[in-house]
Amino acid sequence: MFCQECGKKPATLHFTKIINGEKTEFHICESCAREKGEGIPGSPNSFSIHSLLSGLLDFEHVGSSNINGIKQPTLRCEECGLSYAQFSKIGRFGCSSCYQAFADKLDPLLKRVHSSTVHSGKIPKRSGEQIQCKREIEGLRRDLQTKIEHEEFESAAQLRDRIRELERKISDQ
Amino acid sequence: MTKHRFSQHALSEWMKDEGPESEIVISSRVRVARNLSNQPFPMLASDQQSKDVMDQLTWVSQAGKLKEMGAFETIVLSDLSELDKRVLVEKHLISPNLANESRSGAVILSNNESVSIMINEEDHLRIQCLYPGFQIKEAWTLANGIDDIFEEAVDYAFDEKRGYLTTCPTNVGTGIRASVMMHLPALVLTSQINRILSAVTQVGLAVRGLYGEGSEALGNLFQVSNQITLGQSENEIIDNLYSVARQIIEHEKAARKRLLDESRIRTEDRVKRSYGILSYASIMDSKEAAQRLSDVRLGADLGILPEVSPQVLNELLVMTQPGFLQQTFNEKMSPEQRDYRRAELIRKQLRGEKGHGGVEI
Repeated sequence: MFCQECGKKPATLHFTKIINGEKTEFHICESCAREKGEGIPGSPNSFSIHSLLSGLLDFEHVGSSNINGIKQPTLRCEECGLSYAQFSKIGRFGCSSCYQAFADKLDPLLKRVHSSTVHSGKIPKRSGEQIQCKREIEGLRRDLQTKIEHEEFESAAQLRDRIRELERKISDQ
Repeated sequence: MTKHRFSQHALSEWMKDEGPESEIVISSRVRVARNLSNQPFPMLASDQQSKDVMDQLTWVSQAGKLKEMGAFETIVLSDLSELDKRVLVEKHLISPNLANESRSGAVILSNNESVSIMINEEDHLRIQCLYPGFQIKEAWTLANGIDDIFEEAVDYAFDEKRGYLTTCPTNVGTGIRASVMMHLPALVLTSQINRILSAVTQVGLAVRGLYGEGSEALGNLFQVSNQITLGQSENEIIDNLYSVARQIIEHEKAARKRLLDESRIRTEDRVKRSYGILSYASIMDSKEAAQRLSDVRLGADLGILPEVSPQVLNELLVMTQPGFLQQTFNEKMSPEQRDYRRAELIRKQLRGEKGHGGVEI
């Protein structure tokens, strides 16, 4: 499918909005999206692709405005060489180290996409043994707190011992 | 011309079993995205690195416990013709991305085509499990098990805070995309679909039409899937999708009952007209085919057309796609020729001229 604005480049941004059953669709290419910036005609509350991009990916302007200005240090992943500006343009990471390299900027992005920033699902069995231990400890600590609040000291002591055991296991590794 | 197993039959083995709620839910799918920790993601990997990833992952599939789960075939994408790739895409066994853009791309297919493991797609590893009918939990259990098998042999890119690391930030965390493909003609006919679908999108799920560009749902087929992959556990994600899909099923059932109660003759007329046209037309474009097949399917489900089996319709859904048509008739076709061949194929299938089981190739 080609961009419905210029008709030349492939459309890479697809938007569908349904408001009270009324559907609006846009299929445009990235350069037209940036050009239009301020919003798309026909959209009832004129939401803008520009703000979507910059909002989600904290889009950095690497264009004309920076040429004569002070050169800002480029945030870059040392491992694969992907810069943050490139990442925000293509929306894809280059390698697993990018997550560390861009860590400071990821929270707002992930929050908007997932309404969360921290994983709480499956952990790999083999390589994730330590993490699994840590998680278990966290859970046990929470339980321990409630036991103490309810003055159930006997079972609290059991939990404490279990926590110590797990902590020892981690430090042994 | 290659004669791979997958290109001979439109209907994957797994689709021949009838799953729960199969009159509404065509299939349930879970896809899990994983990457190896020691290699750049496919987008930035060198040709050699991509090849290493492929070798490593195909080795796991051949040496490890995967074998115990049944017979698998490893297919290297570069060995396939363009047409073969297209057929795989039309059967939803690989993604268009793997077919067209991957380097050292491969797919490991189980014999019944219920499991397809893609290598060097957007991520190094994508495990996909497909089940007939409404079996999303079963699909996750299987995908989870296969994930464990790979994890025993390779180091995944995993971060304590972010979970499984993926190329696209929209997959990070669990890396799971679960989806249910539903046939919802009665909700469309009774104009309730938009209301329901917009409600669905508000609970973190996405709805997409199946086949065709954009979100126009060709043939009243809708795919409901989770959007969020981070911050919820796999079971929460699956449960959420399950309960929303369950509600959509109930709405569709109620709408079907209403169609029969309140406008039986009109519904029968619609179904039978479409059946008549499909049985006798000489030219059939893909859009009309999808719509009319949807009508006929509804008729079969409501008992209006007891002579039509839903399986034949599932089969036609795939067989009438452009790639599969060309494969079946073993010739390259212009769109006009396709419309002509499509009509021919549907006539034969519906009127049973060649019996059940597909056209001979």
